[in-house]
Amino acid sequence: MYAPEFDYYRAGSVSEAAGLLRKHPGAKLLAGGQSLIPLLKLRLAAPAAVIDIGRIRDLKGITVKDGTIRIGAMTTHAELAASAELAETCPVLAQAAAGIGDPAVRNRGTIGGNVAHADPASDLPTVLVALEARLMAEGPDGKRTLDAGGFFQGLMTTALKEHEILTAIEIPAHPKGQSSAYAKFAHPASRYAVIGVAAVITASGGKCSSARVAVGGMVPRPVRASSVERALTGQELSAESIAKAAAQVTENLGNEVLGDIFASEQYRRSVASVWVKRALTQAVGRAK
Amino acid sequence: MSTRVFGSGIRRREDPRLITGAATYTDDYTLPGMVHMVLLRSPHAHARIKRIDISRAKAAPGVVAAFTGSDIEGALNPMPCAWLVPNSNLKVAPYPCIAKDVVRYVGDIVAAVVAETPYQAADALDLITVDYQPLPAVIDPEKAKQPGAPQIHSGVENNVAFHWTVTGGDVDGAFKKADVIIKERIVQQRLIPNAMEPRSTLAHWSGASGELTLWNTTQNPHIARFLCSVVTGVPEDKLRVIATEVGGGFGSKIPAYPADFITVFCAKKLNRPVKWTESRRENFQGTTHGRDHVQDVELAATKDGKVLGVKATSYSGMGAYLSTAAPGIPTILHGLMLSGPYDIAAIKEDVYGIYSNGTPVEAYRGAGRPEATFILERMIDKLAAKLRMDPVDVRMKNFIPKFENGHTVPTGLSYDSGDYAGALKKLVEHVGYKDLRRQQAEDRKKGRYLGVGVSTYVEICGLGPSQVAGAVGFQGGLWESAIVRFHPTGKVNVFIGANPHGQGEETTFAQIVADEVGVDVNDVKIVHGDTQTTPMGWGTYGSRTTAVGGAALVMATRKIKEKAKVIAAHLLEAAVEDMDYKDGKFFVKGSPDKAKTIQDIALMANVAWNMPAGVEAGLEASSFYDPPNFTYPFGAHLAVVELDPETGQIDVRRYVAVDDCGPQINPVIVEGQVHGGVVQGIGQALWEGAVYDENGQLLTGSMLDYALPRADRLPDMEVLSTVTPSPHHPIGVKGIGEAGTIASTAAVYNAVIDALSPFGVETIRMPVTPERAFNAIQEAKAGRR
Ligand SMILES: Cc1cc2nc3c(=O)[nH]c(=O)nc-3n(C[C@H](O)[C@H](O)[C@H](O)COP(=O)(O)OP(=O)(O)OC[C@H]3O[C@@H](n4cnc5c(N)ncnc54)[C@H](O)[C@@H]3O)c2cc1C
Repeated sequence: MYAPEFDYYRAGSVSEAAGLLRKHPGAKLLAGGQSLIPLLKLRLAAPAAVIDIGRIRDLKGITVKDGTIRIGAMTTHAELAASAELAETCPVLAQAAAGIGDPAVRNRGTIGGNVAHADPASDLPTVLVALEARLMAEGPDGKRTLDAGGFFQGLMTTALKEHEILTAIEIPAHPKGQSSAYAKFAHPASRYAVIGVAAVITASGGKCSSARVAVGGMVPRPVRASSVERALTGQELSAESIAKAAAQVTENLGNEVLGDIFASEQYRRSVASVWVKRALTQAVGRAK
Repeated sequence: MSTRVFGSGIRRREDPRLITGAATYTDDYTLPGMVHMVLLRSPHAHARIKRIDISRAKAAPGVVAAFTGSDIEGALNPMPCAWLVPNSNLKVAPYPCIAKDVVRYVGDIVAAVVAETPYQAADALDLITVDYQPLPAVIDPEKAKQPGAPQIHSGVENNVAFHWTVTGGDVDGAFKKADVIIKERIVQQRLIPNAMEPRSTLAHWSGASGELTLWNTTQNPHIARFLCSVVTGVPEDKLRVIATEVGGGFGSKIPAYPADFITVFCAKKLNRPVKWTESRRENFQGTTHGRDHVQDVELAATKDGKVLGVKATSYSGMGAYLSTAAPGIPTILHGLMLSGPYDIAAIKEDVYGIYSNGTPVEAYRGAGRPEATFILERMIDKLAAKLRMDPVDVRMKNFIPKFENGHTVPTGLSYDSGDYAGALKKLVEHVGYKDLRRQQAEDRKKGRYLGVGVSTYVEICGLGPSQVAGAVGFQGGLWESAIVRFHPTGKVNVFIGANPHGQGEETTFAQIVADEVGVDVNDVKIVHGDTQTTPMGWGTYGSRTTAVGGAALVMATRKIKEKAKVIAAHLLEAAVEDMDYKDGKFFVKGSPDKAKTIQDIALMANVAWNMPAGVEAGLEASSFYDPPNFTYPFGAHLAVVELDPETGQIDVRRYVAVDDCGPQINPVIVEGQVHGGVVQGIGQALWEGAVYDENGQLLTGSMLDYALPRADRLPDMEVLSTVTPSPHHPIGVKGIGEAGTIASTAAVYNAVIDALSPFGVETIRMPVTPERAFNAIQEAKAGRR
């Protein structure tokens, strides 16, 4: 598997990367390369230029300040998984990152690349949708902030414009009473999510005051399981109420459920509620 | 007192270079002037090539040459099949190195491009245009035999490559007498071996001398040389094959491949070294697959669980062409083992080898024997379920009683030694079988679904007596050779014809020499994998390297010892009959303090200043060992799996293996072989399987879709053993390379069925994916309603 020829540029800053993108039509940003390099090797992509953003310092790291978690786009999955701060303030993200692929993939792959690539079987888009994250982009027309809910538009398509770079992701740290978890039915070969469910639960006095649940892997882009959220909100948090609410998920999957040789559409529909239930149960179990 | 090096679990000396990336594989070699070859492979499973145009590729930057099927005609002979199973009406269809008129599987080679860099060659490949007329394709071997199925080779009616039968005992009588008859359709799906190192070839042709050096990923360099000579016409004496480092094979690096010979063809044409290395994608399509059997099996038994007979009809997929050893695998290595460790009086199997539009099928770890074991172990469990007996009891009831020297089974084989009940007893005691069952019943009441599965096996390995090889149509011998050479300093080189490629014989063979003549194990280096330096041998497969090559080594080392004794007697001025030996020292009986060490003798033999009359200089010996019989390792395995009833997901919770490979040279290496083997068998039960669509497209064509076992889905393994020496082997060893794979698929599958049984599920297709288990539960529920 040999990639077609391309020119390689290494950007030292976000603005340099943006300039290079504009100068080389069709150029691709290279982050961790875990999705882009396979595409090149399979000759499914043949950009004339590849712009490496891997050395841009500003794009790296996790900071928590004033109740907001800010994660640079070039932060690797391994860094997310190992972050003590994240485990404390947003366990669902650390947990999902820890379950991505294998150690080699986690050491190179980045949150920015994962999100920009928008593979429906990826884990992080689902998590960011449930977290109502904000995505920071920088492009020729300046900077803008996008909501995770509107960012993912379909199979491998996002709201990023042609010359825009995703720079960071902001997530509200869990306030008191909030907890979260990710449940994943991993493909035995690729490890991508066949079904991935992220749940963020806020409880007070044993009752659910708010629930945010997103389902991915089985749909072209992550969807909020609003029926589940509604069914749970205001309820006593018990095994029964969770199971009952989880069963509502079929209402939210729409008519574009994905299927493949490993897991058919029908099967995924049949077991989706089980994975919702598991995410909810774990999130509730984590509540302090 | 010295501790014996034989039997000690010293570290594998192979590992430092392997795990630090210091090993040099075929693809690591670069020669001056070397060019790179890439292959254009058919995207169709079955199509006529109407036109092929390589002119644009030839003109592309960096391209040195490009060739199609017409270019090689006359220069490369068709690929030979080397296992011509007799009395089977075998039809070897023409297998050209490059397809010219018709392509028969996705991956069939249609053109080769050679360029200065692999990138340029890959670019040029995109410039070749082929005009295909697609033809209907068929993959499933049973369907391929149906009238009206697409005809894959002209003259091969119903795609039947061969029809082979084995019978022993009165089968009709057994089935007439039976109280119960159990029937089952068994599908042992097609698997893709996926050795860590992809296949690679580097051909260096010297036009001036007419000599060819071929670096090649092969388990058997001497066979590779032989077959290369047959196909390319380069005489064997001028052909050197180097395969000193091979990154796993599992059977897929036994056969010769067209790509190897196309590389040679290009090197000769261009008079430049040519290298070809397959990509992982190519490996999935173009390197041989394993298994692929559809079987209808019947078992006859009495109502108290005594098995009277087994009969089976097997449709065995061969893929588009007959790979080197393919016909022997579902026949000789499978059908003859159909009574396994059991005393079953009547056996019959009809095996149809079927051409299909899949990748050619070859040996895959276990090769034929896992399939035989699976049939038996499945049927025994079904019988137990039907009679409401415990599966362990049914096995105990049917085992061949313990024997130490020969037991003939209905198919005609004579097993060497066995204690099948002993292995199962050890297993059952180790796991606390009764308690395990009790625990399982309690868990079930709480809604936890555990399944316990047992599998017992005997395998045929240590292939084998060459006379038998000839009688069963194998186009070669099956002996092995070793040369033991003592250097003046007392250090030893051993040259062997077999070619370990991960199994650890560089370590265990040094242990054998150390044990036989008392040299330090670190003073012995094993040389293999280069036909120019090693003696002829038939290769590493079929768990035969230690069983056969190890025996050759023992015999050669014993010759050394005899000669050393004669020299020592001379130096000590004693009669040879009065000499004694212990731990590397030769001395006159009763005077161990005045001894000559093996190192003293090596020095004297090499300088030859003072040799006994009539004794040649040097301390070197060779042996060509042709075994009198096969060896028959055996064992009993147990798996505990857990079913998640909500999703159908199955996890292996516990795995216990009891294997008997005779005396163990190195128990750590034995354990490693069992681990790897067991994992590959679990892979077949739960995760692995080649899936093609109705057009013959391989859907599991990469590691994104083809699920190889991963460490984090596996439990720790408990590996135990019993020791029953082979009576005919000089040090009693039997072979352990394939045992794990042979036993584990059935153990896990039986455990899966056990876990699913409360839902009324009796059978399920492999691999048992969550969806399959989930659907089976739903269907069984619906059926019962
Ligand atoms: C074997 C394997 C298993 C995997 N398993 C999983 C899994 O279980 N779950 C999962 O979620 N993922 C999985 N992945 C994907 C992995 O997470 C990738 O790392 C991720 O999808 C892409 O991130 P990257 O940093 O490697 O991006 P790259 O491959 O470098 O880039 C991917 C795409 O995003 C664009 N891009 C990258 N960064 C930016 C940016 N800052 N702004 C705009 N565009 C950008 C690139 O131009 C490119 O088009 C797996 C990958 C492999 C190879």
